Amino acid sequence: MSGYLAVIVVVLIFVVIFQIAKASEYVSILKGEKKAREQSNRINGFLMIVFLVLGLIGVWYCHDLMDDSMLGEPASDHGVGVDGLIKVTFIITMIVFVLTQIALFVFAWKYQEKDGRKAFFYPHNNKLEVIWTVIPAIVLTVLVAFGIRHWLRMTSDAPKESMIVEVTGKQFNWIVRYPGKDGQLGRRNFKLTNDSNNPVGQDWADSLNHDDVIAPDLHVVVGKPVKLIIGSRDVVHDVGLPHFRLKMDAVPGIPTTLWFTPTITTAEYRKRTGNPDFVYELACDQMCGNGHYSMKANIIVETQEEYDKWLATQVTQYSQAHPAPEAAPAAPAVPADSTKAVAALTK
Amino acid sequence: MSNEATLHSQESLHHGHDDHGHGHDGHDHHHEETFISKYVFSMDHKMIAKQFLITGIIWAIIGAFFSVLFRLQLGFPDATFPWLESILGHWAEGGRITPEAYYALVTMHGTILVFFVLTAGLSGTFSNLLIPLQVGARDMASPFMNMLSYWFFFTASLVMMSSLFVQTGPASGGWTSYPPLSALGDASIGSKIGMDLWLISMALFVVSSLLGSLNYISTILNMRTKGMSMTKMPLTIWSFLFTAVLGVLSFPVLLSGFVLLLFDRHGGTSFYLSELFVQGKVLPNEGGSAILYQHLFWFLGHPEVYIIILPAMGMVSEILAVNSRKPIFGYLAMVGSMFAITVLAFLVWAHHMFVTGLNPFLGAFFVLLTLLIAVPSAIKVFNWITTIWRGNIRFTPASLFSIGFVSTFISGGLTGIWLGNSAIDIHLHDTYFVIAHFHIVMGVSAFFGMFAGVYHWFPKMYGRYMNQTLGFIHFWITLVGAYLIFWPMHYQGMAGMPRRYFDYSNWASFNQFEGLNAFISFVVIIVFATQLLFVFNFFYSIFKGRKLTTTNPWAATTLEWTTPINPGHGNWPGEIPEVHRWAYDYSKDGKDFIPQTVPVSPDESGH
Ligand code: HEM
Ligand SMILES: [Cu+2]
Ligand SMILES: [Cu+2]
Repeated sequence: MSGYLAVIVVVLIFVVIFQIAKASEYVSILKGEKKAREQSNRINGFLMIVFLVLGLIGVWYCHDLMDDSMLGEPASDHGVGVDGLIKVTFIITMIVFVLTQIALFVFAWKYQEKDGRKAFFYPHNNKLEVIWTVIPAIVLTVLVAFGIRHWLRMTSDAPKESMIVEVTGKQFNWIVRYPGKDGQLGRRNFKLTNDSNNPVGQDWADSLNHDDVIAPDLHVVVGKPVKLIIGSRDVVHDVGLPHFRLKMDAVPGIPTTLWFTPTITTAEYRKRTGNPDFVYELACDQMCGNGHYSMKANIIVETQEEYDKWLATQVTQYSQAHPAPEAAPAAPAVPADSTKAVAALTK
Repeated sequence: MSNEATLHSQESLHHGHDDHGHGHDGHDHHHEETFISKYVFSMDHKMIAKQFLITGIIWAIIGAFFSVLFRLQLGFPDATFPWLESILGHWAEGGRITPEAYYALVTMHGTILVFFVLTAGLSGTFSNLLIPLQVGARDMASPFMNMLSYWFFFTASLVMMSSLFVQTGPASGGWTSYPPLSALGDASIGSKIGMDLWLISMALFVVSSLLGSLNYISTILNMRTKGMSMTKMPLTIWSFLFTAVLGVLSFPVLLSGFVLLLFDRHGGTSFYLSELFVQGKVLPNEGGSAILYQHLFWFLGHPEVYIIILPAMGMVSEILAVNSRKPIFGYLAMVGSMFAITVLAFLVWAHHMFVTGLNPFLGAFFVLLTLLIAVPSAIKVFNWITTIWRGNIRFTPASLFSIGFVSTFISGGLTGIWLGNSAIDIHLHDTYFVIAHFHIVMGVSAFFGMFAGVYHWFPKMYGRYMNQTLGFIHFWITLVGAYLIFWPMHYQGMAGMPRRYFDYSNWASFNQFEGLNAFISFVVIIVFATQLLFVFNFFYSIFKGRKLTTTNPWAATTLEWTTPINPGHGNWPGEIPEVHRWAYDYSKDGKDFIPQTVPVSPDESGH
């Protein structure tokens, strides 16, 4: 019922607007084209200035209003650089934005058609044109230089002491694999993948796999560089780390990497923001199907002790895939001599 | 006097001194035109232009309506709209759009607006209408190919439309349709038959675009009237030329990408597929590269955005000059910067792929080239502003939309400088910041260019005016609405809010924008309704608009205004006029304007 009412109201508004528009067309013909144009020029010229002034106020107001909704301080060293670059770019583009918009709308208002005004025949001015080719070119060169410097720093090889974590996307969640005590990830073969006990296709013939741990969340250590090895099982996903200002696609068949150093623990971030529920989230940033919007993992930034403690409580994927009938449950370290037997098993 | 009579009262006044307006039929070859040959399988470039325009308008309404539907979901995720169920059926069970339907709507919205409206509807309409009229030709180089171009587009439209009605729904992997998602029916319901229809439709579309572009290029290069040297052409024609060149060189690459995708879907090949485990099954494909598709796609995809914006730039240049009663400032710089944009457009595609694992060193080159393309864009903006400086500006709906175009092009172009820097893009990629950037710089600006063109050349198309007051209302609501919708999205993007999310309520990081999302959706509905006002004005004015009483209503210099009010096939009843000067002699030597057909007099000042 209210739906119909809304439609009727909208149609009525349309009819009214249309009648006004039609009437003003008749009036303008009766008044003569010139008079009518003078009037519409005055109104539109005035609106130009109104739009400019309210628009600039609106831009400022919006900035103010959005302040609380923005991300807090970056939680990685790379993120600090990204934010710095954004700030410089923001200032430069904002200056250009304000100046050009003012010029555009003020000129439009000021030079509206008037009786007796003569337009100025001004087809070109080479000096001016050179100036406004060269100045943007210089400014942009500066931005490119800053940008590329930081880009190459971020994408350089990860420091040797980095911890390694593997992040694999699948529709629609993340699988995070930790190398365990040996600090090395075991080999993978996608043909061995199965959802019941081998979600990333670990090749059990590789003993490096035996202490690898799989979890749904990403645990990293504050102050310690971490290198993510990123991949996908099915379609393209993207590891989006908004608080760390980083992002990297997860492409099936082509592993990618991303490294950074987390600088603020989750606990510390909670304290600084005064939000006891704060969590770092890992968001999928590449359209990957109907559950794309729900493809989330939590990121826990913690101290080395907390991390070690957490890792010690985890059950290796190997032992989950090979439940020993009577042996001690979930021994984190697997004796090396079992490799062969396992290799035979997976054949 | 009745209203109708008021409207047309001036006709009789003008009959006396209007020497080429009425009287002539405008037909030089006198053969009988049937309804079919005149309105359906027409080979007259003007009729084909109208066909492209009206098809484009229909698509625009559909595409924009889809955005209203998915904005309802984003703005009011908890509300239910029972009427949605009655139009979408099980895709909106209980009055709430399903994720499947949401992604289908988003994908169709993007595809329709980018390709069917802003490419075919914009370039197809105005290249067809203006190229022969402004270079002084009776028709296109090949009217038959031109007709085929429309009918390929029409067929593409039918196929795309049909995909909306198949049981598994249309394509839903985004307008970019990245594999493996788009290659595997098991990965997404929209990648079943809907994706095949999408690919077939797009292939037909590419054919249409190539037929059109080749025609535009040959007409511009070969069929200019006497005296119309390249540097005397209006900027509209230059922009159509560069647009067509971009299309001819890049669309085939897209087509090859689509063909390979079809092979992967049905031929068992592995161009894009490697090491996959989908729906509990290991797939046999190995050795393909999902990234290869992205290179092929963006090799068109980036030029495509300029295919969309260049015609708008050309028309805006022309309309600003006419309505400021001033020459366009820096004609050669305008041509030069369009040329630079055309060349650079082929060298920046990988800026859409900074975070795909692209070699960082290569990425650095793409940063450099991408920011380089901002220089010609900046030149154009400064030249437009200088064009209106010290002018004598008439505010018609066309000139208002042109000024709006410059405003939104500035706003959206500047954020390109953010995204072109890979070290910023690594944070902003695939967030709402990108949505804000390209909707303002491409979506809104190109639409403004298109509106400007429609209002300005409507009298040439139909011999009548559109209603001005409705045009003013249309402009102001749309300008304000566009900024209200897209400006705040920059902030959502900076907060990391990802694009293509059906629902944000489960995200601690992004659910603070609930109120803002509702506000944006609310404005979307108002702006959409305002566009319907334009559509109404358009169709009403075709039949009932105020009639033209002079051949040159805007007092412009270009050749299209030397044709009769309703030109027949062949455009000029007699000889094609000869051209003696460039198109921008406004306010020169104290004369308001000097048409291109007037010979240069010996005592005229140079420029
Ligand atoms: C000033 C020059 C410009 C620069 C430096 C620039 C830069 C960029 C960059 C780097 C991206 C990729 C962002 C990302 O996905 O992370 C992008 C996206 C985009 N740009 Fe621009 N841009 C510029 C002007 C334009 C213009 C003039 C148009 C159209 C008329 C345009 C249309 C688009 C579109 C449609 C996308 C998004 C495609 C998608 O991912 O769906 N840009 N731009
Ligand atoms: Cu995703
Ligand atoms: Cu691009």
